[in-house]
Amino acid sequence: MNKQISQVGVAALVLIAALIVGTTYWQTWANAGLADRQDNAIRLVAQFSIKRGKIYASDGTLLAANVTKHVGGQTLYFRRYPTGPIFSDVVGYSTQSRNQTGLERSYNDYLTGSNANLDTVFHATLDRLKGSTVQGNNVYLTLRPGAQALALRELRGKCGAVVAMNPSTGAVYVLASSPPYNPNLIEKHYQQALRSGGKCGALLNRATAGKYQPGSSFKVVTATAALNSGRFTPDSTFYDPGYCEEYGKQVRNAGNPEAPETFGNVTLSTGLVHSINSVFCNIGKAIGAGLIIDYMKRYGFYKLPPLETPENERAASGLYDRHGRLFDPRHPETQVDPGRLAFGQERLQVTPLQMAMVAATVANNGLEVQPYLVQRVVSPHAREINSMMQLVVTGGTGTAAQISGVPVAGKTGTAETGVGDIYTAWFIAFAPADHPKVAVAVVVENQPGGFGGKVSAPIAKDVMEALLR
Amino acid sequence: MGALTVVGFASVYIARQSVVSTASLTYAAIFFGVFLVAHFVARATVPFADPYLLPIAGLLSALGVTEIYRLSPDSAFRQGFWIIAGVVLFAGVLFLLRYDYRRIESYKYLFGLTAIGLLALPILPVVGQTVNGSRLWVHAGGLQFQPGELAKIMLIVFLAGYLREKREVLAQGRLKDFGPLLVIWGMAILVLLETRDLGGGLLYFGIFLAMLFVATGRLAFVAIGLVLFLVGSLGVWKVTPHVQERVTDWRHPWTSHPVYCPSAPGHLALRQNCQSYQIVQSMYSIAHGGYTGTGLGRGTVTTLGGSELIPYAKTDFIFSVIAQEVGLVGTAAFLLVYMVFVLRGIRIALLAQDGFSKLLALGLTFAFALQAFIIVGGILRIIPLTGITLPFVSYGGSSVVANFVLLAGLLLVSNRANREALR
Repeated sequence: MNKQISQVGVAALVLIAALIVGTTYWQTWANAGLADRQDNAIRLVAQFSIKRGKIYASDGTLLAANVTKHVGGQTLYFRRYPTGPIFSDVVGYSTQSRNQTGLERSYNDYLTGSNANLDTVFHATLDRLKGSTVQGNNVYLTLRPGAQALALRELRGKCGAVVAMNPSTGAVYVLASSPPYNPNLIEKHYQQALRSGGKCGALLNRATAGKYQPGSSFKVVTATAALNSGRFTPDSTFYDPGYCEEYGKQVRNAGNPEAPETFGNVTLSTGLVHSINSVFCNIGKAIGAGLIIDYMKRYGFYKLPPLETPENERAASGLYDRHGRLFDPRHPETQVDPGRLAFGQERLQVTPLQMAMVAATVANNGLEVQPYLVQRVVSPHAREINSMMQLVVTGGTGTAAQISGVPVAGKTGTAETGVGDIYTAWFIAFAPADHPKVAVAVVVENQPGGFGGKVSAPIAKDVMEALLR
Repeated sequence: MGALTVVGFASVYIARQSVVSTASLTYAAIFFGVFLVAHFVARATVPFADPYLLPIAGLLSALGVTEIYRLSPDSAFRQGFWIIAGVVLFAGVLFLLRYDYRRIESYKYLFGLTAIGLLALPILPVVGQTVNGSRLWVHAGGLQFQPGELAKIMLIVFLAGYLREKREVLAQGRLKDFGPLLVIWGMAILVLLETRDLGGGLLYFGIFLAMLFVATGRLAFVAIGLVLFLVGSLGVWKVTPHVQERVTDWRHPWTSHPVYCPSAPGHLALRQNCQSYQIVQSMYSIAHGGYTGTGLGRGTVTTLGGSELIPYAKTDFIFSVIAQEVGLVGTAAFLLVYMVFVLRGIRIALLAQDGFSKLLALGLTFAFALQAFIIVGGILRIIPLTGITLPFVSYGGSSVVANFVLLAGLLLVSNRANREALR
């Protein structure tokens, strides 16, 4: 009988050995795949047992803090946003039911101490070995709470965005999107947070992902292309009959659509100051759409602006086709209407962040400013555009942006929405114009009869004042 | 022997320290005392018995009670009570049968019939109770009891006695000699089908085949048995929705589209959020352990909302929690401890002098190994999952008590074999 006993014994041992093999499989080969799965409750708990790093504004204002809760013998950390809606779209949120958005998402590796930085790795490993709570890195932002709050206050009840930045370093001071939402409501009152935006809809960061027709504010880009082409100077003269002829049709100047302004003989400079469409229409026809698009790219159009927020919360500016796709024409001369493009119409869609970058680039003597140290030469003629943009504020369409004692350079934009007398109002500016410290872009949606100079310029003025003070 | 008990004691002590404070020492001391008593009883009654088995049982129970304490302190207290009850019964069996356990062989039919009776108890109205789709529980006077655990040992005694007596005849393979065997066995299987205890069915059938093979030496019986089992399983699978569910969860625990959720009728959900939630979270738990584990008492056993991460973690799924907390290194060591237990048991069967003792020791050992395989293999998705306890570790009074009786049986056989060898 002993022979059979040995055989059954071997079989029994094989069964237990199979268990060891099985355990090895799940704990080594299968382990990484399982750890990443969305329904893994342990992963969620692990995420919330890390003491997430705090987020601060430039003046030390706490934007994202932690609340401690004890669940099942474990200490969990949940997010709390002391400033409520003011930084909602930039900072975003980190919750269990809705995952993450904003910097909470893109900086998750830093905030949870899981980035590959050697120092962080060392400390996180030490924390784990000691069994103490893993602490994330704190993140300090360039945003200025005073100006940010001011921008949102002035946008209250409207849909729009304000972006302000330091034109020489690229540090963003204001990134305000209206309507904002209260990130503290996301976890348990998501529908309420969603509804708080009214008809505009909250939860869209308009400053970086809102796409608008730029209107005349785009003329700054056209002027750059014009001066750099060598075919125009600020003093080049044009005759303005009140319209521009394209493909045999009259394209009237903006301003008052009822009675188009007619300026007669003007210079390019005057054309920018008074935002005369026919001047730019003729420039566009002369230099061609290809060159304008070329300069758009130098200003950063056609790619995602380099900001630290998640990629899907930013949009590229440029021409868009009917299907909402970015359209980079292979044969611009036949595919794009150069006249309309030149004064900011055609199929142009731009983000407030992109337009702030345009203003900042001019302010920075043509050196495009980007976070992450990448600087590229865009235009050596920035000084001339700078002075023309100053004239816009001293005696043109943007007089509402004047700050006493500080020279301001700006450009208005009023884009038609296709609905009667309703416009998208733009203003891009920088100040002080001689030594720029701040560049700003303001967009306000759906303004009945409202032009950029009337609606957006005062907001830009207040924000710049607050930042310069 | 002392050294291993201390290891068991230390494991409780250390883990307790990380969870709570002074009460832990008292707990550990009592636990240590209980096993010291068990040790002395064994020394007095079966002085020649295998010295490894009792410490291993102590170690496994210590780990079990530690993890149960971690999951639910109240249950650990009750488990402690059951361990004491198990040790008392252990001492009782050793004391009663210390001179010659072989006299129970003459009561083999009584054992067999009692086993069937015990198995049938849960089917009876009033006392029977259905828990999680299986009718396994007897409810009497506020106490719940799973009679199947004790029936398992009684069936082994019956099979050992019967097969010892009839092995030569059976080996010839004449059908009429199988009569009584098939009757008892068939009844057991019928009862199991009625109670829908699939793990139990597999366990009894495995024990039966192993013992039959050892007694007759005919591999063909095993082959025929396995074929019959496969055919039977297919039949059961065809007609029982409960079984179909288990097999589906085993093969496809995750779905990307919502499926009909039988546990919440009329409800559509991803299977991992519905019927396979338990096995899926258990896999996450095991995987989370990695090579070295999170450390005893430091694993994640609750969800963000504070509910139990794996439903029934302390009974059927205690292995998943252990695997998470001690990692691959610890789990392999843990399973090796089971292997050592099995090795010692096989050794006892080899050394035993008479057929009844050999069959008894082998049956008990194989039952122990197969039970561990059925539950852990189910958790590791080697086989479909069936609810059954992990010997000495899982929470459950009937299981703990039955395992101590199993241990007493092995020690008795071992004592006699070693004594004979010395003579």
